[in-house]
Amino acid sequence: MTPSKQITFSRRSFLKSSVLASGGMIIGFNLFNACKADVEPPVDISQLNFNDFNAFIKISDEGKVTIFSPNPEIGQGVKTSMPMLIAEELDVAWEDVYVQQGVLDNKNYQRQVAGGSQSIRHGWLPLRQTGATAKQMLINAAAAKWGVDASECSAKQGVITNATGETLGYGDVVKEAASLEVPEDVKLKDPKDFTIIGKGKGNVDIDKIITGKPLFGLDYKEEGMQYASVLRPPAFGQKLESFDDTATKGVSGVTDVIRFGDKIAVLANTTWAAMKGKNALKANWEQDSEAENTAFHDEKLFEILDSKELKTLRSDGNVEDAFANADEVLERTYESPFLPHNCMEPMNFFANVTADKIHLVGPIQTPAGTAKRVARMLERDESDISLEMTRMGGGFGRRLYGDFAMEAAEISNLAKQPIKVVFSREDDMSAGIYRPATKYRFKAAIKNGALTGYQMRQASINGNMWGAMASFFPAGAVSNYKIDVGNYRSNITTGAWRAPYTNFLASAEQSFFDEVAEALGIDRIQLHMDLLDNAKRNTDANIDYSPERLQGVIKLAVEKSNWGKTNEGVYQGFSVYYCHNTHVAEIADIRLDNGNPVVEKVTVAVDCGVVVNPLGALNQIKGGVLDGIGHSMYSDFSFKDGTPQSNNFDSYQLIRMGQTPKVDVHFVESDMDPTGLGEPTLPPVGAAVANAIYKATGKRLYKQPYMSNMPLEKVIG
Amino acid sequence: MPTFNLKINKKSHTVETDMDTPLLWVLRDQIDLVGTKFGCGIGQCGACTVHVNGTAMRSCLLQVSQAEGMGITTIEGLSENGDHPVQEAWKEVDVPQCGYCQAGQIMTASAFLNNNPTPNDSEIRNAMHGNICRCAAYNSIEEAVKVASKKLS
Ligand code: FES
Ligand code: FES
Repeated sequence: MTPSKQITFSRRSFLKSSVLASGGMIIGFNLFNACKADVEPPVDISQLNFNDFNAFIKISDEGKVTIFSPNPEIGQGVKTSMPMLIAEELDVAWEDVYVQQGVLDNKNYQRQVAGGSQSIRHGWLPLRQTGATAKQMLINAAAAKWGVDASECSAKQGVITNATGETLGYGDVVKEAASLEVPEDVKLKDPKDFTIIGKGKGNVDIDKIITGKPLFGLDYKEEGMQYASVLRPPAFGQKLESFDDTATKGVSGVTDVIRFGDKIAVLANTTWAAMKGKNALKANWEQDSEAENTAFHDEKLFEILDSKELKTLRSDGNVEDAFANADEVLERTYESPFLPHNCMEPMNFFANVTADKIHLVGPIQTPAGTAKRVARMLERDESDISLEMTRMGGGFGRRLYGDFAMEAAEISNLAKQPIKVVFSREDDMSAGIYRPATKYRFKAAIKNGALTGYQMRQASINGNMWGAMASFFPAGAVSNYKIDVGNYRSNITTGAWRAPYTNFLASAEQSFFDEVAEALGIDRIQLHMDLLDNAKRNTDANIDYSPERLQGVIKLAVEKSNWGKTNEGVYQGFSVYYCHNTHVAEIADIRLDNGNPVVEKVTVAVDCGVVVNPLGALNQIKGGVLDGIGHSMYSDFSFKDGTPQSNNFDSYQLIRMGQTPKVDVHFVESDMDPTGLGEPTLPPVGAAVANAIYKATGKRLYKQPYMSNMPLEKVIG
Repeated sequence: MPTFNLKINKKSHTVETDMDTPLLWVLRDQIDLVGTKFGCGIGQCGACTVHVNGTAMRSCLLQVSQAEGMGITTIEGLSENGDHPVQEAWKEVDVPQCGYCQAGQIMTASAFLNNNPTPNDSEIRNAMHGNICRCAAYNSIEEAVKVASKKLS
């Protein structure tokens, strides 16, 4: 495993404080880079500038703490767990902490991307150091007031105590603390003394969510704003030839029709009128590039799997020799479709482009990059742009791409008025940036009852897995090992989808290992433990996972799931995977109902280091598992002549409550630095389910979604 | 354009709009009640669920002309202070992930529990099957309905 990098910061350079005119103190801090020398936090709370600082902490005269953070929230709970880190080290009661999402105008904000499950991992040390530094400043101020040495004072729950038992609240010393020098060496708490980290804390926006307050991008409005519904080419590979908007202009409420590039925006004073107007457009499209079908993609991807000219990402030993000398060679191919993200909140964005400024508001995972692209597109200075992030109704990778924000800016620029682009579900599903369809071919060499060679080939659309993934398990565990990749360039737009590549790779690989164990005639769990022992012995290998931690989650899952000791009629399937820095083992229990598999329970063992917010962690883990089951079993997506064959929830299936098992989660106890949870529990579950279905039916599943590709007799029962 | 008189959360509203406008968009764009969410527009996801004379209905399928004269309750009007037993249960269990679907989930659950305050497990799963949660917070939703049921009985 690559050691986690210890970055040391100079306290003085990343944190600055001021006295607020209205009382209390404000601390501005930067997480990953030093503050510019000439900036100071403002004395007025309405002037917070996220160009200068990533976030601010205000401590009021009453000792209440408000954290202003522009960190986007997409359902990963970072808006709750990151403040927990500050509050822990600052040592205040969680009840006294408020979190407010900052208005974004920030080009320096480094970790703005809420994706990749990494927010908590990157914030772990710097956020705690910020809290600890602020606490030390308050202690120093109290010590100066008492005329004693700071080392004789301590602070707990917002109260500072000295050697003689005198006390001062944080609020009593904020003014003095704000003008003190920032201390250099602060001590962080021992994890065993944590009182906030590791205790479940509810979502900070919960009251607003359950009462329907405006929070999301779709809820954002401005005076005079028009709604824009956009007609885009109905098929990939087509462009706009001409259009007739006579009927559209007759729809009451429609105020304007604007062509931009190959798209047409209909502006109206309500969303409904805009959508109705769009549906009334008559457009002629012309074919510009290949009109691709799913069968065509299959053909191309199989050609790649068969080709001799793939790119090798990693090669250990000599797999060719291993296959040539093997007693038995096992080869299997696994297939998965394109997938739309289908965030519950359809894509939308507000833009107001005027001669002197550009105001953008909406749900986006990449504000800085998007602001840059808008500036470039409109040939404007980046400093003209302010971008405000709203809460997001789901991300899953889709909101990393600012296409919808670019559209909004372009339309507002042409219309010369504030507009909001709103995608219908049909727009959202057919103008997607899809998970690419991918196929994997695995080959195992077996000699004298051992796995002597392992090869995996990936054929994907528009790109391939990145190099580090070639060093995931079983790299280092099998001496002859090779990973090859190739891709087909399609005109269908593709991109990151929750747990990119691993979301299907884990399913494929862990299904394959089930067959390898069978071919070897050894227990599935034993095979993994043995291979991980190999990896442990092989200390020279460059691997990107911890064999010890994988063994830890395997043992825990086996123990908690009653592996091998279930009731009659219950079949279990096993899967284990490492990705996004987190180690996860999953065991699915299924039952057959009229020949149809019903997933009853999934036991999950997770090693994510310290669990910062168990409540939020459970939500993410369970959500990831159920999402993984849904997409591997039910969600299908195909293209005909470049047109998506599903565009709403009547033709595209997302998992629903009646199809969900209980997810039973267990954490490996750990005091290691926390790792992300937004993604890593999704990838392995497909294989856990497929392996269980095999035990129940004797049929192996090679193609997702399983329910559309099950051997027919079993579906009928 | 025709005008319609609507009774929403015990208040009267007069709106001017085409008669085929779904109640959903009238609520969101014209009355500023944005708690009711748009998810699919075709009655498949339940994000837009409101109560019409106490029954859970999809506001994306209900035309404004059909809604006249009915008693409509949205998430904003479910309780005065956000303390309906279902809302409290949602808070206790900390259900939401992204939170977008939750108003619809709460409206479906509250209408259901009103008719059947002590449902069994499969009745709960059936009743909630029409509401999609893309974040798949289903385990928590199921648990929260049970917690709410206890509060109600
Ligand atoms: S928006 Fe009404 S059911 Fe989906
Ligand atoms: S909480 Fe995100 S869709 Fe349900």
